[in-house]
Amino acid sequence: MQVTLKIQRFNPQVDARPYWKEYTVEVDPSDRLLDALHQVKWVQDGTLAFRRSCAHGICGSDAMTINNVNRLACKVLMAGLGPKVTVEPLRGFPIVKDLVVDMEPFFDKYRSIKPYLINYDPPPPVERYQDPKDRARIDDTTRCILCGACTGSCPSFWGNREYVGPAAIVQAHRFIFDSRDQGANERLEILNDRNGVWRCRTIFNCVGACPREIDVTRAIGEVKKLLLFNRMV
Amino acid sequence: MYHSFDAVIVGAGGAGLRAALELGRAGSVAVLSKLYPTRSHTGAAQGGIGAALGNSEEDLWEWHMFDTVKGGDYLVDQDAAEILAHEAVETVYELEHWGLPFDRTPDGRIAQRPFGGHTHHFGQGPVRRSCYAADRTGHMILQTLYQQCVRNNVQFFDEYHVLDLLVRDGATCGLTAYQILTGEIHTFRAKAVLFATGGMGRMFKITSNAHALTGDGPAIALRHGVPLEDMEFFQFHPTGIRKMGILITEAVRGEGGILLNNEGERFMERYSPTLRDLAPRDIVSRAIYLEIQAGRGINGQDYVNLDASHLGREVVEAKIPDIADFCQTYLGVNPAVEPMPVQPTAHYAMGGIPTDVDGRVLLDEQNTPLPGFYAAGECACVSVHGANRLGTNSLVDLVVFGRRAGRDMARFITQTDFASLPPDCECLACAEVERLLHGAGSESAAAIRRELQEVMMDNVGVFRIEGQIQAAVDKVRQLQERYRRVGLQDKGARFNTELLEAIELGYLLDLAEVTAVSALARRESRGAHSREDYPERDDENWLKHTLAYRTDNGVALKYKPVSITRFQPKPRTY
Repeated sequence: MQVTLKIQRFNPQVDARPYWKEYTVEVDPSDRLLDALHQVKWVQDGTLAFRRSCAHGICGSDAMTINNVNRLACKVLMAGLGPKVTVEPLRGFPIVKDLVVDMEPFFDKYRSIKPYLINYDPPPPVERYQDPKDRARIDDTTRCILCGACTGSCPSFWGNREYVGPAAIVQAHRFIFDSRDQGANERLEILNDRNGVWRCRTIFNCVGACPREIDVTRAIGEVKKLLLFNRMV
Repeated sequence: MYHSFDAVIVGAGGAGLRAALELGRAGSVAVLSKLYPTRSHTGAAQGGIGAALGNSEEDLWEWHMFDTVKGGDYLVDQDAAEILAHEAVETVYELEHWGLPFDRTPDGRIAQRPFGGHTHHFGQGPVRRSCYAADRTGHMILQTLYQQCVRNNVQFFDEYHVLDLLVRDGATCGLTAYQILTGEIHTFRAKAVLFATGGMGRMFKITSNAHALTGDGPAIALRHGVPLEDMEFFQFHPTGIRKMGILITEAVRGEGGILLNNEGERFMERYSPTLRDLAPRDIVSRAIYLEIQAGRGINGQDYVNLDASHLGREVVEAKIPDIADFCQTYLGVNPAVEPMPVQPTAHYAMGGIPTDVDGRVLLDEQNTPLPGFYAAGECACVSVHGANRLGTNSLVDLVVFGRRAGRDMARFITQTDFASLPPDCECLACAEVERLLHGAGSESAAAIRRELQEVMMDNVGVFRIEGQIQAAVDKVRQLQERYRRVGLQDKGARFNTELLEAIELGYLLDLAEVTAVSALARRESRGAHSREDYPERDDENWLKHTLAYRTDNGVALKYKPVSITRFQPKPRTY
């Protein structure tokens, strides 16, 4: 089937501002949007820039705004998109080129919340024991692949780039609620800030955007609740 | 721009990150990666990391070693396999201490499940050795290692693409890399360089590998006179999603999934009476091909069914949720209810840059090291996987040998001075970039790559035969000719991915040539290398490793012996 891709192009070194460019491609309904983008790049216009790697939704490289929804280009099938598809880079991030955005601020925020296990006891000779129920507690937030779809879909983030963003809070949650971690208070301290969890207005866009179906807003809410009612000891 | 570090690591997957952590405070370290580290392909590994913890049932590392050696069809260097199996246990505990969220047994210990080729009592039956985190063990390992790097303030150069290694007077002096954002070429002076650049599955049309896996490390090493070892051994994983190559983990079979042909028969019972669907991957891939050839593919076509519906919805959602998601997304199939269409997919390079057990790169059959040059992970060949790799052994390989390489690098940099850089050290890299950007060529890199992938898949795939392999060698050489005339539309400096894909294509072509030539020469069948014209394993003539050198007269082959310690080669049946 024939589909028209309307792609936002922009090379800050050369262009005054972003502009639209349309490409017509011949695709199968079961092709991924990524396959269509490759067709454009490999056959029609080699200058089109976008990130991608695994092509099956696990590396998180190709998060972009497709028909106004943040998705991973490799997880969207052409069948569901209609005859004209709009493709733009994630909103809220500076554009590097075309569909490539500057992810440095995003990763900086991730790094700022101490995204690693904190445990001050010497480890045992074997594994630390963890009850399956405790393991299940963090199952949701361990799925995060840092693709940026959530933060890039958040109006609070668009309105204030200093907001630490849903992804960083999800990553903090993953450790705060890990029964083996002892650093909850350290992270709660960092998140207890007007640009930490309190910037979240419970808009729910993040939940819609997350390709891993993580209940992001719930995770943010749980962190807020901890801060309001019950600091962990 | 110019940088100086005691050690530079190329690649931020499991092996690269583990080595970086080991280097610790021994000196200054930089990790270069052409992707953001969490995008590395380690993250796509699903099934588990193998270690003889014995949490669910009795298990010994000696059994793991045996399974690895036999799984590799006795081409495995047994001193390396011993280290792998032995050190696996402590490296898995270490990952857990760093926070890896393994699934747990009811009593809180790391959960383990059966996996292809892993047995108890030296082959008596399947054993639960694969330590797993749902079906995203690789994702958790990559994340955990990166988290520790963040904690330890490891310095990263993200989205830097390695262009060349710098060697002077037989000593490593550093490397050059292309900064993807700006197009600038950077020179890194270093005492030690580690290549941990991953696999090269993008030589093939149907592959589980990410687009980034273009064998950068091995191709660059080859250009510096380093031979590549055992390149003819490329694993085709039996269960890739039909036509797409996306991996469906062996863990599905570990949890009880079975392969069925057109007649609804569990055909692996015929090919592998003891292990059945949990036989090693090369055996299962061949079985699938034979079933298809015999007309027993589903609807007479080129795939079979992987059926996990009898596991029930709960098990599917708990144990293989990511797989269920792929199947639903790409096929509209729910594994809890219907079977998944699967076919072999190019998956893993057993061969690569030859190293010793401490990651030091070896230059010849006498195992002469090139001081300061290291390799680890899929791009290296220790050889711990021999002619075929067992599932879960790659993740172990990364952390065990990544750690060892890091350790030896730490020792090396404290004992060594910097070697001075060669004059015009950026020359080779710059010239290549210049030629592609501003040359008068008009060939399409994408078209050449497409043809390469097709000929390799068809002619150097699961089953090989002399005439076909020779045709592939000839075709690859034609493509190399055409590659010299590649032209680009994007001539800019900023995030020029067209340029990078062209550079990567050059690597793939060289690696394809070496793979096909090595395959042509090996006149036997062993592990993943299966010759229709030489169907038997021939220990008398071929129990040896291939070393392929790139010379001005094409590819030259030499051989070196296999290290055999505990287990004498026997016929490989399951």
